[in-house]
Amino acid sequence: MKLSPQGMFGLMLIVVVAAAGLVSLFWTPLNPLGLNLGARLQPPSAHNLFGTDEFGRDVFSRAMVGARISLMISLLAVCFAVVVGTFVGIMAGYSRGFLDRVLMLCTNALLAFPGILLALGIIIIFGASITGLVLALGLSFTPSVIRVVRSTVLSLRQREFIEASRTIGNSEGYTMFAHVLPNCIVPVIVLGTSMFGWVILLESALSFLGVGISPPTPTWGNMLSGGRPFLESAPWLGIAPGICITVTLLGINLLGDALRDRYDPRMARA
Amino acid sequence: MIQDTAIGSRLLEVRDLSLRGPGDMPILNGVSFGVEAGKVLAVVGESGSGKTMAARAILRLLPSQVRWHGGSIFLDGQRIEALGDKALRQLRGTKAGMIFQEPMISLNPVLTIGTQMMEALVLHHRLSSDEAWTRSVDMLKRVWIANPERCMAAYPHEFSGGMRQRIMLASAMLLKPKLLIADEPTTALDTLAQREVLELMMELTRTAGSSVLLITHNLGLVARYADDVLVLRRGDTVETGTTRRILAAPSAQYTRTLIDALPKRQEGRAAIAADRPAVIAAESISIEYPRAGLFSSEPPLKVVHDVSLAIRTGEIVALVGGSGSGKTTLGRSLIGLLPHSSGHVLYKGQRMDQADRDVKRRFRLDCQLIFQDPYSSLDPRYRVAEIVGEPLRHVAGLSRGERRDRVAEMLADVGLLDFAKRYPNAMSGGQRQRVAIARALIRKPAFVVADEPVSALDMTIQKQILELLQSLQERNGFACLFISHDLGAVSQIADRILVMDGGRLIEEGTVDQLMDRPGQDYTRRLVEASPTIDRFKAEAGVETQDA
Repeated sequence: MKLSPQGMFGLMLIVVVAAAGLVSLFWTPLNPLGLNLGARLQPPSAHNLFGTDEFGRDVFSRAMVGARISLMISLLAVCFAVVVGTFVGIMAGYSRGFLDRVLMLCTNALLAFPGILLALGIIIIFGASITGLVLALGLSFTPSVIRVVRSTVLSLRQREFIEASRTIGNSEGYTMFAHVLPNCIVPVIVLGTSMFGWVILLESALSFLGVGISPPTPTWGNMLSGGRPFLESAPWLGIAPGICITVTLLGINLLGDALRDRYDPRMARA
Repeated sequence: MIQDTAIGSRLLEVRDLSLRGPGDMPILNGVSFGVEAGKVLAVVGESGSGKTMAARAILRLLPSQVRWHGGSIFLDGQRIEALGDKALRQLRGTKAGMIFQEPMISLNPVLTIGTQMMEALVLHHRLSSDEAWTRSVDMLKRVWIANPERCMAAYPHEFSGGMRQRIMLASAMLLKPKLLIADEPTTALDTLAQREVLELMMELTRTAGSSVLLITHNLGLVARYADDVLVLRRGDTVETGTTRRILAAPSAQYTRTLIDALPKRQEGRAAIAADRPAVIAAESISIEYPRAGLFSSEPPLKVVHDVSLAIRTGEIVALVGGSGSGKTTLGRSLIGLLPHSSGHVLYKGQRMDQADRDVKRRFRLDCQLIFQDPYSSLDPRYRVAEIVGEPLRHVAGLSRGERRDRVAEMLADVGLLDFAKRYPNAMSGGQRQRVAIARALIRKPAFVVADEPVSALDMTIQKQILELLQSLQERNGFACLFISHDLGAVSQIADRILVMDGGRLIEEGTVDQLMDRPGQDYTRRLVEASPTIDRFKAEAGVETQDA
């Protein structure tokens, strides 16, 4: 599989961030949870690359752990939304009729709630654990995937190759998975990558509201919200997780574009 | 050849026009032509000949990737390439109007017909809206739109393709342009609507004294309507001259190829014995579409009424009719893709509505369909070999190797052996249609429905595909229902013709019977509307005898 240079660069950024997160399982420069009240709000230095926070904890180490948790939550949430959304969307678009109406009624009902309200409600049901957070974030983004996939399927249905598949004797299920699903990949990739950014932001918003992953476990979101009162005196508390989020999103969007081009049949050559 | 006359003697004068596309790809190479006032010039060529770009250059309506490389265009004494934007806008519509190929997309769907027609009148002639209204209504009457006042307030989707094209024609001719550019105006229409639109176009332009630049790939239309012809191929002029000269005595090999590609009635095809058993038969089939909406109380729409037919082994039967005659629906229903509301289908003598599941499944697998649009009938994510091999999933007991061999054999049969690894997007329309044919035939079906399989293709490609179908049919002996709106095209391939109108079979007979002695008025109109160049061929025959 060949990727464009931009795509490779994006992939590289993601690999670096993800590797930092993985390494944090075994090693961080300093203890991310170790308090050092003597060294509160220190600016970045050779010892503390990203400075220290209001409890004297090393921000760089915390950002590494945060990378692991934020990436894991976002990735799982996006996967959840994409898998469930694609499945439901294809079912709705391909079956039409009664099933379609019921599924779209539920989808539209979900869409009627603001994402953050929906996430809050789900967290209250499942608790502010990683599972709860993944479900909350995933479910709030599923309806938009359903809608995109369904409309793609509806336009695909008009194409004669779907009818051709039935004509040669393929079952409905086979047609759905062998011909409809692969042709939905491009819009889902585009949506999935842009969703990734929204998920990270929503996760930090939930942390800010106090229902995300609770401190002291760091995520980029709760690091951002935790640093907010000190932004004037210690701007690195906002800048460090901000840079992490930005770099990750940049990487994901570059990779997403490259994947879209890669999977777009118009680009495909023998 | 075109004489180098002084500027002003001809309405349109195109000199050495060269256009370049992206990457300096040549689109037109120094093409020259002209149109005299009141005359009709046909620009003939296949896809990629540059004929559309040549026409668009006259109004400077070129896509942004296409660059003006050289040459000049004079329209009514004005030098087009030197005009400023404002002068150009004044010239569009008034000096030269244009109608496009796709009536479905060239009218704005959210504006009423009236708004769109009056827009140009108010803009160019500064008429009051009352006057513009009256003139628009008059014009709609002249293109035979029933109830024009109602039409002015209606939206484009309420009209059929042929009516929309007449409305387009009316709004272009409202401004009495000196030149009407018609870019394949009837390619998307059936034969009868095509005839209607073109007859109207000629009548309106004759009365207004306008010239016409008719862009087409159909030599039959050229023979009927054009005074002069310009033949283009891949951006180069092939030849130019009067219609009579070009069609009766073409000097270029390519022109002869184009003329040869016109469908010809075949002679001496052995008649299929009437006592052969029918592969497929329909007994008083009716097909209904339920009305949309859960609580709709309207009765279902009946599109096929009480049709009976039988197709025998090795027979090609053509089903001919205009758009909306129900022919496509009938074809789909015969092979079990659409349910019928009454009547039944017999496959090899067995009633399919009473058959058990296994028999029904075998019937479904034994009947195949070739689609009209090769651009939408192939999954863009599959390679050619995968597309052609897919039907073999349902053949039990084939090893991988056997499967590969059958695909290779089938691809060789349709002349695409080297294309196995390609994706459909990297192929031309004709090549794609070959893939679709290979997919339909690889399981050696007993019955094939070909739904307008050549309507979307260029003339020379049409000929190749028809010949391919015919040779494969002779070799494999399947029965075939060939659906088309063009009697001329089917006369080349069919043993028998069924004519359908308004959901009913109205006439049936051999090619010779129907073409020479049509029994029904509708059939007669179809025969007349089918474009041919016989008139000029006859003349050519006379000339050679004289010499």
